[in-house]
Amino acid sequence: MKEKVFRSNRIKTPTSDRILQIVIVLVITLFCVFCLLPFVVVITGAFERELNLKRFGYALYIREFSTSAFELILKDQQIPNSYKVTIFTTVVGTLLSMLFTITAAYPLSLKKVKYRNIVNFMIYFTMLFGGGLVPTYLLISQTLGLKDNIWVLIWPVMCSAWNIFLMRNFFSGVPKELSESAYIDGANDFTILFKIVLPVSVPGIATISLFYALGYWNQWYNAMLYINDYSKMPLQYLIMDLARSGDALREIAQYTGQSLNNMPGLSLKMATTLVTIGPIVLLYPFVQRYFTSGLTVGAVKG
Amino acid sequence: MTARTLPAKKNQTGIRGVIRELLMNKHLYLMMLPTVIWFVIFCYFPLYGITLAFKKYDFALGIAGSPFVGFENFKFLFAYDGIGRVFFNTIYLNVLFILSTTVISVVLAIMFSEIKNKTFKRVTQSIAILPHFVSWAVVSLVLQAFVGTTGLLNQAFKALGMSRVSFYNEPELWPWIFVVLRIWQGCGFGTVTYIAAITGFDTSMYEAARVDGATRFQQIRHITLPLLKPTIVILTIMSVGNIFRGDFGMIYAMVRDTAKLLPTTDVIDTFVYRALRQMNNLGMSTATSLFQSVVGCILVVSVNALAKKLDPDTALF
Repeated sequence: MKEKVFRSNRIKTPTSDRILQIVIVLVITLFCVFCLLPFVVVITGAFERELNLKRFGYALYIREFSTSAFELILKDQQIPNSYKVTIFTTVVGTLLSMLFTITAAYPLSLKKVKYRNIVNFMIYFTMLFGGGLVPTYLLISQTLGLKDNIWVLIWPVMCSAWNIFLMRNFFSGVPKELSESAYIDGANDFTILFKIVLPVSVPGIATISLFYALGYWNQWYNAMLYINDYSKMPLQYLIMDLARSGDALREIAQYTGQSLNNMPGLSLKMATTLVTIGPIVLLYPFVQRYFTSGLTVGAVKG
Repeated sequence: MTARTLPAKKNQTGIRGVIRELLMNKHLYLMMLPTVIWFVIFCYFPLYGITLAFKKYDFALGIAGSPFVGFENFKFLFAYDGIGRVFFNTIYLNVLFILSTTVISVVLAIMFSEIKNKTFKRVTQSIAILPHFVSWAVVSLVLQAFVGTTGLLNQAFKALGMSRVSFYNEPELWPWIFVVLRIWQGCGFGTVTYIAAITGFDTSMYEAARVDGATRFQQIRHITLPLLKPTIVILTIMSVGNIFRGDFGMIYAMVRDTAKLLPTTDVIDTFVYRALRQMNNLGMSTATSLFQSVVGCILVVSVNALAKKLDPDTALF
């Protein structure tokens, strides 16, 4: 009897619930349109004829299809070169970051390491208090002399306290029995970390690698401070420069032997943006679940 | 190996105890060493440069050789015309960001968790998170396509018969442009934590409410929201800890050094950057950073203490 009442209740949805569902679907759809709008403008702008952009401005549709901006990108040296810089810093940087993060996070996750809390605090303190812009700037540009050195895009941002703690929390979840049995077999800590702990921590490693990779890919701050040489300029800073209609455009005009006025500057901006965000958007569906899982772990355990 | 099998003496103190511990776990301490050195170089070494806040920096003499001037830099900073605006903007913009993104993230999270169609839910969620992965550099370029003189907004205004708005000459509009950008970039991403919390709620409560004839809206109002309250409170408190830190990445990328927009967009972090790059006043720049760090540090620590009191599991330390 009771069962029946329950079931009928479940099947019958009140009208207000159906209205609510419709409202929700509408609002969510609108929010998604809002999220996608800028991407649409980038795509249409990149493939629009320059003349129309100059005359009417950017639009949500393509008036006349043109690939001249992409032809210019291929002819030009600056953008492919910046692409190389960005790929180099992303790949090498992420590998180094992960090496440093894993080797710091693993000992910090072990209770038997008596002085781990000293290191924990030492790393945590940097999240609270820092030297600020000027002391860091002087250290990097003068003491270390890293100005216009491509490594300035990697070294100063190589370790993130937040990511180290996130990795530590992942390692804390690895069952102790795995490493203990290896100890009895006489394995040392390096072997245990790389042969036993890492293979079972793949989700954590994937998440944090993605965080780092995205950080390197999207970085422009250090390039702005320390890089003046166009041959070492990463894509993101080139974009900053293009947005300012600054020297990058002139540089590209020089490379391709075009006059600045004849250059498809407006569509070139969007085409460059497209090739910059392209890899992220294409890879995104495959890596998204790692991001969300990583974020939840971080939120729960801090 | 032999050291490990021996039972460690707990109360062994002094240098012998330290050496014993270091030797016992030598591989593990060795493992941490490169990262520790990195933190010493890139995070601790610059702390020495803070002395510049009390010095008049001379390029030729370096940090160590520059003469002490006491609190001159701070006096100069607080006497600087418009410094009040800088502090106000930092806090005001952060309050706007916290309020708008929290409210919208919570509403979106509840809506996402109410959607019945799984495919629609998955696709829309992915789309909502996507903007988070785009850099502010790219956003600044795309923003021009919207708010530029012939941008999409002005095209729309023209179509509606309204007059053109020169966004880059209207400082009052920028806090709201920032809010829109923050919503675009952060709200979808912000829902993740809230959705995770909602998924963890006990479903039996909803069952009971349904049996009693409660509509979905009533269930949201009387079950979901009250249960979500602690999460909202904790996350909000945490972001209040960072209220004295300006979002340099977004703000500088959007307005650069546009003098006209500074009254409403200049925050501590952009001011520090300008003091270094334009005014070339390294002493004042460092003094501002130091002031910000000290206040920020006090805020974060107290906010954490508060969060710990409310919910022992969520505090950072």
